[in-house]
Amino acid sequence: MPGFGKTQLRLLERLCNVVAVSGDEGQVREIVLEEIEPYADEVKVDALGNVLATCLGRGRRRMRVMLDAHMDEIGFMIVAEDGEGIYRFEAVGGIDPRHLVGKQVLVGRENMPGVIGARPIHLMSSEERTKKLPIDALRIDLGPAGKAKVGDRAGFATRFRRAGPSIFSKSIDDRIGVATLIELVKHAPPNIDLCAAFTVQEEIGLRGAKVAAHYFNPDLAIAIDSTPARDLPVFDGGENMTYNTKLGLGPAIYIADGSTLHDPRLVRLLRETAEAEKIPYQLRQPGGGGTDSGAIQRSLAGVPTVSVSVPHRYTHSPVSISRVDDWKNTLNLLQAALKRITTSLITVR
Amino acid sequence: MTDILPFLKALISVSGLSGFETSVARIIEEKWSPLLDEVSFSRVGSLHGLKKGSGTAPRPAVMLAAHMDAIGLRVSKITEGFLHITNIGGIDIRVLPGAEVSVHATGSGEELPGVIAMPPADLLPKSAGDGVIGINYLLVDIGLTPRAVERKIRVGDLISFANAPMVLAGDVISGHSLDNRASIAALTVCLEELQDKQHVWDVWAAATVQEETTYLGAYSSAFALRPQIAIAVDGTFAKGPGANGWQTHQMGNGVGLCVGPNMHPFLHRKLKELAEKLEIAWFLDVTPAHSGTDAFPMQITAEGIPTALVEFPFRYMHTPVEMISVKDVYRAGRLLAEFVTSLEADFVDTIVWE
Repeated sequence: MPGFGKTQLRLLERLCNVVAVSGDEGQVREIVLEEIEPYADEVKVDALGNVLATCLGRGRRRMRVMLDAHMDEIGFMIVAEDGEGIYRFEAVGGIDPRHLVGKQVLVGRENMPGVIGARPIHLMSSEERTKKLPIDALRIDLGPAGKAKVGDRAGFATRFRRAGPSIFSKSIDDRIGVATLIELVKHAPPNIDLCAAFTVQEEIGLRGAKVAAHYFNPDLAIAIDSTPARDLPVFDGGENMTYNTKLGLGPAIYIADGSTLHDPRLVRLLRETAEAEKIPYQLRQPGGGGTDSGAIQRSLAGVPTVSVSVPHRYTHSPVSISRVDDWKNTLNLLQAALKRITTSLITVR
Repeated sequence: MTDILPFLKALISVSGLSGFETSVARIIEEKWSPLLDEVSFSRVGSLHGLKKGSGTAPRPAVMLAAHMDAIGLRVSKITEGFLHITNIGGIDIRVLPGAEVSVHATGSGEELPGVIAMPPADLLPKSAGDGVIGINYLLVDIGLTPRAVERKIRVGDLISFANAPMVLAGDVISGHSLDNRASIAALTVCLEELQDKQHVWDVWAAATVQEETTYLGAYSSAFALRPQIAIAVDGTFAKGPGANGWQTHQMGNGVGLCVGPNMHPFLHRKLKELAEKLEIAWFLDVTPAHSGTDAFPMQITAEGIPTALVEFPFRYMHTPVEMISVKDVYRAGRLLAEFVTSLEADFVDTIVWE
């Protein structure tokens, strides 16, 4: 099993601090290529910008196992210029505009600093103060001499930091999956052909995963992502029935979400591995949402697929929180599960 | 003239919330001490610095006041390791969800990073809807276990904004607490300018406490120092997104000189004439009733003090990304220094009502 410590956390920090909004994933792609090239037998960047890497095993009758993590994050696109460094923008991916006012952003490949501003509260009527500000009432302000181009992407400027058992960062969804997949490529087990897909455009419709699955034509697939933990107290002290996942309970294994009924054979593989290796895990509450597994499962003649996620609180906001141990246990679980994969795993009985 | 930006960045990298200004007061004390003849703290924590004039004692004194406190939050209750919050000063609650904060833990003496959480709709009453979520439903998460939180945090602990200052294109800086640390920087520019200038009057530079809550600092400092005239330095509204009304002014285009009932018209006229003579860009600002600044408490202190208000425009006032033009800071500092220098021994006797 690979070690887990400072090296992995430094890699995650580097991945989290760059901006890679859906459709403009270049800054993450660059890090991924640099990290995996010495370890993979074959690496290519495809027509959409996915990084597709193959690590061939050594045994006979090897399964082709696709492992997927998306490189993109939610963010913004500059859509019009108001003059004097002030720009209109549109959301890319699912963003609640209530998270935006008064936040710092980085704009364009040059990472120009800017802030999201709105009318100051002193100049609002009392009625206006209680209403949600729609995105078209907000602006990105680069300062009077700031120059962006229409079409530039922008992302939150939050910097990665550690606190006690936790990580505070933007875009833990899904840089934590990308970091996990880089580690798996670096320590690919010999019993399988490991097909690593670092995908684009997950946040706007699982687009990269669809073509990646087509390219790899895998026997089975695992999507590695980060899922919301809604484990906060209920306002009236009642029981939280819709927590989805909880921080600190280990990797979240999916059974069903909005786009996938996860393959029961693969769910069993993950659970049995966790129990045998004494790795804590949790089952994500079945419900809505989705990962790249939705696109992969329906590719080609169908691909048995499962998802496993590191939980994070405050999804698609400027700062999410995850637990280091949940990440470590996710990496350990995947590493152990891959070693157990044989051709009999997905035989239909 | 020295570069004021590093000092201004240091000023907006600490908390110093209303009533708890020590962290910022120390930084100001260190910067001001070499520029002044005497530095002391008032009984309620305002910083007073005296630069003696060249006139014969007893000399008249001018008080230059900028408040050093900042708006923020504090812990009102702890549930399962999450912190409920209440405000200190006029917080714009729309900026809170997703904001980075520091929690000043009195149980452990640490400054802990946190984030303000907007709970999912499922966990809120239906009435909370999809509008702005009230401060009573927001929580602060510091990423620690409930046991560690109980050990470290106490009800009443302070929570301040934690985003780092950002320097933007075109001589502009953005961050939390620029209101009113930018004016502290302007006073500092003034004191630096005065180092090689002659002035007859004594100058009291005051970094006041609790402007955002009760004006305690300005009331008490004006009483203690009893200056012949007083000038408050504070922010006004800049034009910007959603802000284009009569209250707003172009950022980076000069110093605001305010008229209204809190300000003595004679002092206003003198400042205006001086700005024009020196070709320091300025604009007229008006406050029909209450300026909402230290000018108000200073004016009504003791038997009354003739007071003026010098301002510069802020974008995004009372958010963690307040924005000002650094040029305006220098202009305000220079105008104040020139005004102090221009005061003759008998200036007070010339102040008249027209």
